[in-house]
Amino acid sequence: MIEVLFLLFAAIALGAAINVLAQKHVLYSSLSLIVLLTAISGLFILMQAEFLAVINVIVYAGAIMVLFVFVIMLLNLPADEDGEDRLRWLKLIGIPMGLFLSFMVIRTVWDVRATPLTPELAGTPQAIGASLFTDYVLPFELTSLLILIALMGAVVFAKKDL
Amino acid sequence: MIEYLSSREFLILFAKMIAIFGGVMGALAYTTLLERRVMAFVQMRPGPNRVGPFGLLQPIADGLKFLFKEQIVPTNANVFLYYAAPIISLIPALLSFSVIPFGPDLKIADVSVSLLLIFAITSLGVYGIVLGGWASNSKYPMMGAMRSSAQMLSYELSLTLSVVGVLMISNTLSLSSLVQNQQGTWWGFIPRWNIFLQPVGFLVYLLSGIAETNRLPFDLAESEQELVAGWHTEYSGMKFAMFFLAEYANMVTVSALATIMFLGGWNGPSLPGPWWLQMALPTIWFLLKIAAFLFFYIMVRASIPRIRYDQLMYFGWKVLLPIALANILVTSFLVAVL
Amino acid sequence: MIPLNWYLILGAALFLLGMLGFFVKRNIIALLLSVEIMLNAVNLTFVAFSSQNGQINGQIFVFFVLVVAAAEAAVGLALVIAMFRNRETLNVDRSNLLKW
Repeated sequence: MIEVLFLLFAAIALGAAINVLAQKHVLYSSLSLIVLLTAISGLFILMQAEFLAVINVIVYAGAIMVLFVFVIMLLNLPADEDGEDRLRWLKLIGIPMGLFLSFMVIRTVWDVRATPLTPELAGTPQAIGASLFTDYVLPFELTSLLILIALMGAVVFAKKDL
Repeated sequence: MIEYLSSREFLILFAKMIAIFGGVMGALAYTTLLERRVMAFVQMRPGPNRVGPFGLLQPIADGLKFLFKEQIVPTNANVFLYYAAPIISLIPALLSFSVIPFGPDLKIADVSVSLLLIFAITSLGVYGIVLGGWASNSKYPMMGAMRSSAQMLSYELSLTLSVVGVLMISNTLSLSSLVQNQQGTWWGFIPRWNIFLQPVGFLVYLLSGIAETNRLPFDLAESEQELVAGWHTEYSGMKFAMFFLAEYANMVTVSALATIMFLGGWNGPSLPGPWWLQMALPTIWFLLKIAAFLFFYIMVRASIPRIRYDQLMYFGWKVLLPIALANILVTSFLVAVL
Repeated sequence: MIPLNWYLILGAALFLLGMLGFFVKRNIIALLLSVEIMLNAVNLTFVAFSSQNGQINGQIFVFFVLVVAAAEAAVGLALVIAMFRNRETLNVDRSNLLKW
């Protein structure tokens, strides 16, 4: 049963990722990315990380992707025009090298065998909170500073007159 | 897998799903009738009372009308997104009901993070509005969609922050545990509801919930006096019915969450009676509380004027958000001290 | 129980797809989306290892990856808006004023 769910979510994730690359208009790519994010949240739930799955949907699919979709709609972007085919002679070397790279990467992780531990890990909010606020409290505070800087930077960049 | 699908627990689960889903869809249809009748009585007119006794068959007549309407697609509209937007709006609205506990054991799924799950699902409902407005390729829907999505994003912040006080008191994110922590009474007659512990949180949640579901006084996105119908101007027939249903489902979800978090969920005084009454009594209390919230929603719609867009954004960011943060500060201090 | 290498292969495949998009696409927003695919693949790998070893550190790190992705998406989109205002195009090949 759980293998069926894994294969379903994996197929949706791979299909959505390929669709992100294959679409001409960038709005459809963003919508495919939202589908990819929900598939990855499903995979998180299969791995008992339910808090992270829900946070993924709230933050990524519900806020960051809304930002993307807003910008695409406000700028009213047309579909990509077919520019000059600059990749014509790059494709000759690129495709074999790309296939070779993929082969090497996937071969590295192909037979990683690990003894499955007794699943005592639960991705409950209590466990994550206990670790986040005791061991990792310094990165936590620094990331809040990072978000503040990014916020100020984004507002300054997008102003009409600096 | 086949043996799971034919096992007894799955059949009970399936029966619960049919009961909850059927009940919710029926309740949504009759909420439209309730709204029209209550608003009509406030405005000193009878409302729809011709179709059936007291107008009780009106939602069925409306449903048939929606089914038989002509399907119009505007020219130069983005056909795929035009058809997909009502679906994207309706699915998250209905999906939230899978984790709401209607009774001590009348819930479809019991997840340990169910409150956050409902917030995640409702934050996906923004896309239906944005895409519906954009796909219609016309100026009123576009303006309505932009206004509505900015409003929904802003009020999501104060919505999620206003419940942190309740979470600090109850130490759990699961909705059924939140309800169970509110059982019993203090001194025999005051029920142990969270509204007595978190009044400020309740007010902020209620206001953010009304803003989140695009209802008056926050319904600039579909204001009938300015934009023709906002983001669903170009929609007719069953697609419009789906947007409509999604809006009412969001209303019922917000009311149900307010009941669970602040009014004690399905807890209520137990009345003497036959065994089937005892079994159904928690669900009846829950539905009565949700009905009270829906009545409040409709009365607010009938009586309060719409606020302007800049006033709305000012209210969301500069009034509700600091109040929610101050509530968290005070609650955490009191929880640590007491 | 799903064996670990299935998750790792899926994460590696998604990462390679994101890399492919990053190298091939010309639209700036498509480049940002490819970066998001790569970050998601990395998140998947972190959580897979975290659930395998029974430690919570992988999931904590996913939090930080999520925060950095949010900050980077916000600043990247602000840059896109500023660029679009000047050039009226989002093709990265047109932004070649510094080339010889």
